[in-house]
Amino acid sequence: MKRLMLGNEAVARGLYEAGCRVVSSYPGTPSTEISEYAAKYEEIYAEWAPNEKVAAEVALGASFGGARSFCAMKHVGLNVAADPLFTSSYTGVNGGMIFAVADDPGMHSSQNEQDSRHYAIAAKLPMLEPADSEECRDFIKEAYEISEKYDTPVLFRLSTRVSHSQSIVEEGQRKEVPLKDYVKNPQKYVMMPAFAKSRHVVVEKRLEELSLLAEKTGLNRIEWADRKVGVVCSGIAYQYVKEALGDQASVLKLGLIYPLPEQMIRDFARQVDKLYVIEELDDIFETQIKKLGIPCEGKSLFTRLGEYSPQIIAEKILGQKTEYRVFDEEVPARPPAMCPGCPHRGLYYVLSKLGVMVSGDIGCYTLGATAPLNAMDSCVCMGASISALHGFNKARNMEERSVAVIGDSTFMHSGMTGLVNIGYNKGNSTVIILDNRITGMTGHQENPTTGRTLKGEEVPQISIEAVCHAAGINRVRVVDPYDVAQVESVLKEELAAPEPSVIISRRPCVLLKSVPRKSPLTVNTQKCRTCKACFKIGCPAIHMEGEKAAIDSTLCVGCGLCASLCPFHAIGPLGGEEK
Amino acid sequence: MKTKSVMIVGVGGQGSLLASRILGHVFMAEGFDVKVSEVHGMSQRGGSVVTYIKYGEKVYSPIVEKGEADYLLSFEQLEAARWLSYLKKDGVMVASTQKIEPMPVITGAAEYPQGILPRLRQAGVHLMEADALDLAQQAGSPKATNTVLIGLLSTMMPFAKEKWEDAIRVIAPPKFVDLNLKAFSLGREAAV
Repeated sequence: MKRLMLGNEAVARGLYEAGCRVVSSYPGTPSTEISEYAAKYEEIYAEWAPNEKVAAEVALGASFGGARSFCAMKHVGLNVAADPLFTSSYTGVNGGMIFAVADDPGMHSSQNEQDSRHYAIAAKLPMLEPADSEECRDFIKEAYEISEKYDTPVLFRLSTRVSHSQSIVEEGQRKEVPLKDYVKNPQKYVMMPAFAKSRHVVVEKRLEELSLLAEKTGLNRIEWADRKVGVVCSGIAYQYVKEALGDQASVLKLGLIYPLPEQMIRDFARQVDKLYVIEELDDIFETQIKKLGIPCEGKSLFTRLGEYSPQIIAEKILGQKTEYRVFDEEVPARPPAMCPGCPHRGLYYVLSKLGVMVSGDIGCYTLGATAPLNAMDSCVCMGASISALHGFNKARNMEERSVAVIGDSTFMHSGMTGLVNIGYNKGNSTVIILDNRITGMTGHQENPTTGRTLKGEEVPQISIEAVCHAAGINRVRVVDPYDVAQVESVLKEELAAPEPSVIISRRPCVLLKSVPRKSPLTVNTQKCRTCKACFKIGCPAIHMEGEKAAIDSTLCVGCGLCASLCPFHAIGPLGGEEK
Repeated sequence: MKTKSVMIVGVGGQGSLLASRILGHVFMAEGFDVKVSEVHGMSQRGGSVVTYIKYGEKVYSPIVEKGEADYLLSFEQLEAARWLSYLKKDGVMVASTQKIEPMPVITGAAEYPQGILPRLRQAGVHLMEADALDLAQQAGSPKATNTVLIGLLSTMMPFAKEKWEDAIRVIAPPKFVDLNLKAFSLGREAAV
């Protein structure tokens, strides 16, 4: 059947059709849906691991055990999984294994814009990059063939526009691939110096063989048209090039993007008048092609920043510009904001009020950095809030005026180790775990604290309290972030305490289906004195109507936070008791 | 046939996903190549969100750029103004009259522009507007705003009414099919 499929769904379809048996991933935009779709196939065991390093090691272990295996992550997740990545290049595989990594040019939902192709070069691993959903499915199958034939993990590069675009895929059948025999082989799988030295030789030889494969594989192809212009490209950039240049350029489309087909590129370059390399982010292809002594133009014309588009290419290569109109007044920006009823809001209101230094982390709660709450000082990577706060306080002794904020899933990912460090190294910092009972920002994924797996099975919840106690933290308090008075008094006590503490701010994400919606609130305009106390929480449902505050009943979920802050008791249920 | 483009713009959480899936289904059923592009994650949290739907004999790029959209479906007035630059000179805009103030307006750092839709019309935009939220509520749920707007848009596109209704039956969750069909038909009536 032909169907519109998200790139990520098509990757999962590829896993199914290719006989993949084990998937382990950590959610991260734009890679998340791959594992969610994979979990829907009974034939595939799929799980959320607590972080990308664990996920990659699970997949590697499954490969050693003879199964076709897979792990997916966003670009920064591959940094976390880099340790197993580099050495799995030495061990090679038993069953085929794929590391999928989704880059986010334009940083739609990321903290940096790194180019994962560097990893293929650094780890000496083959990397494939599809350009639409059909290729997502087809290339996964191809990746397993390469993995098993060349005894190597394969990197599978995606980007936001491929992962999150839908295009048409014709579904195929699953090919069952039996488990391969497991044979003990320490020379291959125990990477200590004596064995690793001989494996490095294998890695270098494999890369030479893969270079030969690059010349003949159907993953790389030339589409001949006008030969005045030739373009080397891959992935989504290929789609932009085809749309912008059509028949006005010949295209060498790379599907195996590392190692490059040197002879193919030489032959292509010889047959076109001028060679361009069009690649988003870094000059990975361009540098390698220039190293071959082939003249080409790339980053001298095209930026290293953000996403490309057909218009950018048409303008640079053809000198074409598209006309458009603009609205005759500056339009206010609409940055993302915490949802109405978000449990994080009450906590951030208190942090903002107390003016403490906030060492932040990655999740919905990073939005606490924005106006009007402005309650975050730093945010770097998953788990950094706790460890960086410890360092900050070792440097400045600001324990009574500083906190770390981290979500439940991020705490499980890599916050725990930072907390162990505080417990071990005589820290005295205050850590706030925002436990909203789900992994929020990526769209509600289960995690070890939620009591449910990716496959939907019920399991015992990992206790955040018990983990904190085990890390040597004696003071562990639980607060309800809707109760700002309680949050404030507990926070003051713990900041003043002469030992490290953890405050768990616990209330489920308001978007969870299990959370009952209350009726919306309204402002009694007779009582409202326009003091704007309710504006301090930055709720998207609260705005001004004339001289008075007003609440949008289509957005309000009745959390009551604004009502608790109104000194004139002007906020109450719509059509309800408070008059 | 040259590739045609539809853009859906609104505020995170307004339900553009269902609208894009209905459009994608209709275009596919007509035998076109189709691409739909959306962005997930951070921007969905109450931010300005945009979805692109393109169809034609062969679609390459999944994104729509400035001056390229044949149709622009707007869930919110400020977003209609923001994304005007993406509409072709002779393109059609279908806009809901709903207003949702963004955070800079709420905090007083910026002002919500006045009279957006009349100004768009003055600027020569081929504009169809409706109080889609109100019509959705008439149909039974504010969540059906998306199918009301699809109803309006459908009157401007060369596909039979039944094709749209078929798509709604396939795409909408079973228990909401009737609600969405009603919202769709209210949208079509509002276009007359």
